[in-house]
Amino acid sequence: MTRLRADQRHPVRFTLNGKSVQGEAEPRMLLSDFLRHQLGATGTHVGCEHGVCGACTIVVDGMLTRSCLTLAAQVDGCELKTVEGLAPSADRLGVLQQAFRRRHALQCGFCTAGILISLDHYLAKNPSPTEAEIRDLLSGHICRCTGYTPIIQAALEAAAELAPSNKETSDA
Amino acid sequence: MKPSAFDYLRAESVGDVLEGLAQQGGDARVLAGGQSLMAMLNMRLAKPKLLIDIMGIRELRQIERKGDAVIIGAGVRQADLLAWPDLAETLPLVALALPWVGHMQTRSRGTICGSLAHADPSAEMPLTLVALGGEVLLRNTRRRRRVAAKDFFAGMMLTARADEELIEGISLPVVKGARVAFREVARRHGDFAIVACAAMKIPTGVRLVVGGVADVPTARDWPRLEGSALDDALNAFAYELGARDDVHASARYRRDLVRMIGRDLIGEVLQ
Repeated sequence: MTRLRADQRHPVRFTLNGKSVQGEAEPRMLLSDFLRHQLGATGTHVGCEHGVCGACTIVVDGMLTRSCLTLAAQVDGCELKTVEGLAPSADRLGVLQQAFRRRHALQCGFCTAGILISLDHYLAKNPSPTEAEIRDLLSGHICRCTGYTPIIQAALEAAAELAPSNKETSDA
Repeated sequence: MKPSAFDYLRAESVGDVLEGLAQQGGDARVLAGGQSLMAMLNMRLAKPKLLIDIMGIRELRQIERKGDAVIIGAGVRQADLLAWPDLAETLPLVALALPWVGHMQTRSRGTICGSLAHADPSAEMPLTLVALGGEVLLRNTRRRRRVAAKDFFAGMMLTARADEELIEGISLPVVKGARVAFREVARRHGDFAIVACAAMKIPTGVRLVVGGVADVPTARDWPRLEGSALDDALNAFAYELGARDDVHASARYRRDLVRMIGRDLIGEVLQ
């Protein structure tokens, strides 16, 4: 049993997008703040800070997670994936990100990091989703610019592109 | 929108939790999935001195069939129960209601027992527990006790749990061949219900349970009623729930939903 005292900072270590990172946090520090202020990983956005808007959604140990409803102390030793981990390299966008760009699935971009993470996580497990399933998933996010339709189109387009049947299996 | 300061205790056993609760009493809160409690902390509606994280305790993560009941531990996440292969057969009402609890992004971490501990009047799991006549398994350093669902919910976000007690789990009865139905009206799927209803066929007739209207989910049993007798019974029940106007819906709209959804669901289970 470990008891972390309220008035002290305690070491927190975890894997962020494949890299080991560490910092210090008081027990009350939210994971969203730890990512942004301690680690400088500002891709994850903070909207409502009570779990409703979805902007801060990340993946912790394979679970979709509101980082504003999680303490930094809770993820010590965990594996985290944030929007910074989606692009294959610094100068290239991933398939889902490209579809967002093509379809104008973002305008101000505030909600986008969370939505990309949710969709990336969902499509990996459900490679051929229906529109209804995508809409249900998006009910966990709030976007005030797009009206959602372009996001749904981008998600379905990315899913089609990512589906295993579309991958080249022969050079013939 | 940041929590006030607290000590954080990573419990490794139920004993750790009970000791922490015994020492700190009402100043301690148990942290499971955090989907309700963390929001309360961020808004400073709760300001505990000690947070006891129970998610590292393996024995609380079990879903277990015991005779005619299913025991769900305090650490079982909503997504875990949804993925449990026996869910639809053993607990069909839970299978219907659980997809309405929050969103996929919150069910992944939120726990069944956490939702019961929070006791929001619109929440689906308290409604389900009352409908099935389940029990809450409470424990402190000295004793264990079981509290029936109808006695557990004491008011809006109030329960019969004492400050030094841990909800270890719940027990839900398995009803063979149960006929159940569930429906909810909310602004968006996953938002808190304006009205949520569950119906089930019982040996003496039918049971209707309504959430989102009174301070606690409320059940009513009737013999097999039809036609205007059913309409009258539903109308009286809708008024007895004491619906209030708020920003989401008027009292009259809530009563309308109780009457309409109630009639539909009762028809469905008595078919």
